[in-house]
Amino acid sequence: MTATATQAPKSTLARIIAAGTHQRVLAFASLVILLIGFSIASPNFMQTSNMIAILQATSVNGVLAIAVTLVIITGGIDLSVGTMMTFCAVITGVVLTYAGLPMIFGVIAAVLTGALCGAASGTFVAKMAIPPFIATLGMMLILKGLSLVISGTRPIYFNDTPGFSEISRGSLIGEVIPSLPIPNGVLILFIVAAVTAYILNRTVLGRYCFALGSNEESVRLSGVNTDRWKIVIYALAGAIVGIAGLLIASRLNSAQPALGLGYELEAIAAVVIGGTSLSGGRGSILGSLIGALIMAVLTNGLRVLSVAQEWQTVVTGGIIILAVYADMIRRKKSN
Amino acid sequence: MAYLVEMKGIEKSFPGVHALKAVQFDLRPGEVHALMGENGAGKSTLMKIMSGIYPHDGGDMFVDGQPVTPDGPRAAQDLGIGIIHQELSLMNDLTAAQNVLIGREPRRSFGRLDEVALNARTAEIFASLNLDMDPRTQVGTQTIARQQLIEIAKALSYAPRVLIMDEPTAALNDTEINELFKVIEKLKADGVGIVYISHRMDEIKRIADRVTILRDGAYIETVNAADTPLSTIIQLMVGREVKQMTPDIPDTSQNPIALEVRNLSRGKDVRDVSFNVRKGEILGFAGLMGAGRTEVARIIFGADPRDGGEILVDGQPVNIRTPHTAVQAGIGYLSEDRKHFGLAVDMTVRANIAMANLGQFTSRTGVLNETAMENTALDYIDRLGIRTPSDLQEVRLLSGGNQQKVVIAKWLLRDCDVLIFDEPTRGIDVGAKSEIYALLEDLAAQGRAIIVISSELPEVMRLSHRIAVMCEGRLTGILPGGATTTQEQIMQLATQRDPASVGAEDLL
Repeated sequence: MTATATQAPKSTLARIIAAGTHQRVLAFASLVILLIGFSIASPNFMQTSNMIAILQATSVNGVLAIAVTLVIITGGIDLSVGTMMTFCAVITGVVLTYAGLPMIFGVIAAVLTGALCGAASGTFVAKMAIPPFIATLGMMLILKGLSLVISGTRPIYFNDTPGFSEISRGSLIGEVIPSLPIPNGVLILFIVAAVTAYILNRTVLGRYCFALGSNEESVRLSGVNTDRWKIVIYALAGAIVGIAGLLIASRLNSAQPALGLGYELEAIAAVVIGGTSLSGGRGSILGSLIGALIMAVLTNGLRVLSVAQEWQTVVTGGIIILAVYADMIRRKKSN
Repeated sequence: MAYLVEMKGIEKSFPGVHALKAVQFDLRPGEVHALMGENGAGKSTLMKIMSGIYPHDGGDMFVDGQPVTPDGPRAAQDLGIGIIHQELSLMNDLTAAQNVLIGREPRRSFGRLDEVALNARTAEIFASLNLDMDPRTQVGTQTIARQQLIEIAKALSYAPRVLIMDEPTAALNDTEINELFKVIEKLKADGVGIVYISHRMDEIKRIADRVTILRDGAYIETVNAADTPLSTIIQLMVGREVKQMTPDIPDTSQNPIALEVRNLSRGKDVRDVSFNVRKGEILGFAGLMGAGRTEVARIIFGADPRDGGEILVDGQPVNIRTPHTAVQAGIGYLSEDRKHFGLAVDMTVRANIAMANLGQFTSRTGVLNETAMENTALDYIDRLGIRTPSDLQEVRLLSGGNQQKVVIAKWLLRDCDVLIFDEPTRGIDVGAKSEIYALLEDLAAQGRAIIVISSELPEVMRLSHRIAVMCEGRLTGILPGGATTTQEQIMQLATQRDPASVGAEDLL
């Protein structure tokens, strides 16, 4: 066995590329190019206020993208994150505005609601063997309906809970460094990203995410309780969606029950642009974060250049196809 | 002597197949017990029952004399039974260490992984295997041989008392096999019982203590390896009691050559394969699983690219790059997996027959002519004897044999002169088999060139005018059909490894 091709020691760079991070490097390069391009095209683009606006616009989609990354790495998909986010916001509204409980209960309710909804999706997928696309499509509609039913189709405002809008709009960093008023929503996005990346790369749960997406049958034959882990992973994704629900409710200072549909596709687009494989087994939180930033930069930059909003959508669509095509070419070469 | 594992009267049926019929098997501590039999004899099924992957329908299993029923891979592991699967079942996106210790990762508090301990423990196991590999190597980047070694390391990490090895050397070269055998000797000395499945006769002589032979899902005999000649084992494997029907071989030697293949190559799967088949001839392809027969067919049909070689149809070189160009050149391929590649099982018989040739049934305005399709379908139902209540029956409701006839009808309608049948009777019962045989003979008599790939030796011998035998991607010989060729001769060629190419495997 010693006679076979011995492993040549690899440089760090070679290791990074071998680990399949190429797409992430590509995504990061595209982000930089976009930033430079827009700054040259418009002097207003590189303003601190505009950069902060871009980050603020990334926060909700970024958190959703992080949640759906977990599920996609297992080889699944979650179409329900958009309406689940709204549902969590509505439940928070019920707890804070209808029941008048202190703010912390609203926060707990949002995260818990998301976790429960995710666990339900996970159960459909794992125990009832419903394909993730269908299970979460069903969940998407159920939650959309429930949001409307519970709220009576009317927005729930958080005017009675002072400080709720600070969750997203306030700036803890700005209080310390007045010249850098980064909103809390952005801070939360980066904290969620860091924690999730840690879970994904350093814990058993993360290991099983990759393992399930790589070869589920093999994991099962190794004696791992795959059903249970799938439910846990969907539940964790749900809890993160709950945080996104808090962010959007805080930003709008209201739970808008009709909102939510379409957010799941934006999140999935960010994940794909970031290089996570839709067939599972590969992906990263950093990639999804960059993907979400690319989408926000595009939208913002095109707006600064006064390009019509309709065209912004067309460009985003094109970017998605280009990103996946680049990934396909890379994979063909590596095979 | 006390048995580690004992299995008695094991029964197992799958829909349409009686896979195991009252099979017995036992294993002593510190022995290598080889399990032999042709493809489909039931070896892997029996071992999947022992390792808890399949439940058994009847019979008893004992471990250390205690009756047990392992109801999952975990339960079997807890009993000390480990298995190295025939098909690699690794997670390509993970590292070697992550694969080896999957499900048993060293953890710190809050489910955090101890990556250092994970890699150190895997390195220890690799060292005991004399395997020079970084535990952090990503599995997908490794050759099949090295992946196989990771699989073996994974099985050993459970410290099993019973280790099942299902063709562990299929992808290994001689040096690696020697290392593996050293490991096996060490395990034997530690009192581990090893079940060894292999098609390589030379290995059986080298390491097996006892040999149990299965045939067609039935237990045949258990013999001592040391004092049983290989020829006896082969004889027990292929069986003698069935009087062989031999084909009535027409003289086709003067017929024009319909298809010629020269020096066809594709990586390790197909190495320098050359042969021809004449109009009116049935050329059989024999060989063990993974010998490269299907791969040859897929290259000829343009389903896979080739590294080198020429394909000539009617003496003219043709540049086949896709199945579409193959069909245009008059070559048809009937895949071994009808349900996946050959049929739209939820559609009707009529729709399936017309499918490959819809242009013929389409009017100038693009509208399908149902009446013409019906007439054609009814014609083929009649000619091939497809048993179906009507041409509007859904194909999935037909029996395997009749489904196969629908596939054949589809290709006949394309008017292909060369037809390649890959396992044409897999999953088809005995009665329907002879109908398919008669049909193939008819097609040949009409002047078509027929290639039949089959893992069942009796089938190859029953049908073929000539028999091509493959082993490890090479064509090891072409034998004449008919009564003069014996199963032993074919098996000899099918297991004839090429020492030169085996040593060179890693250079490719």
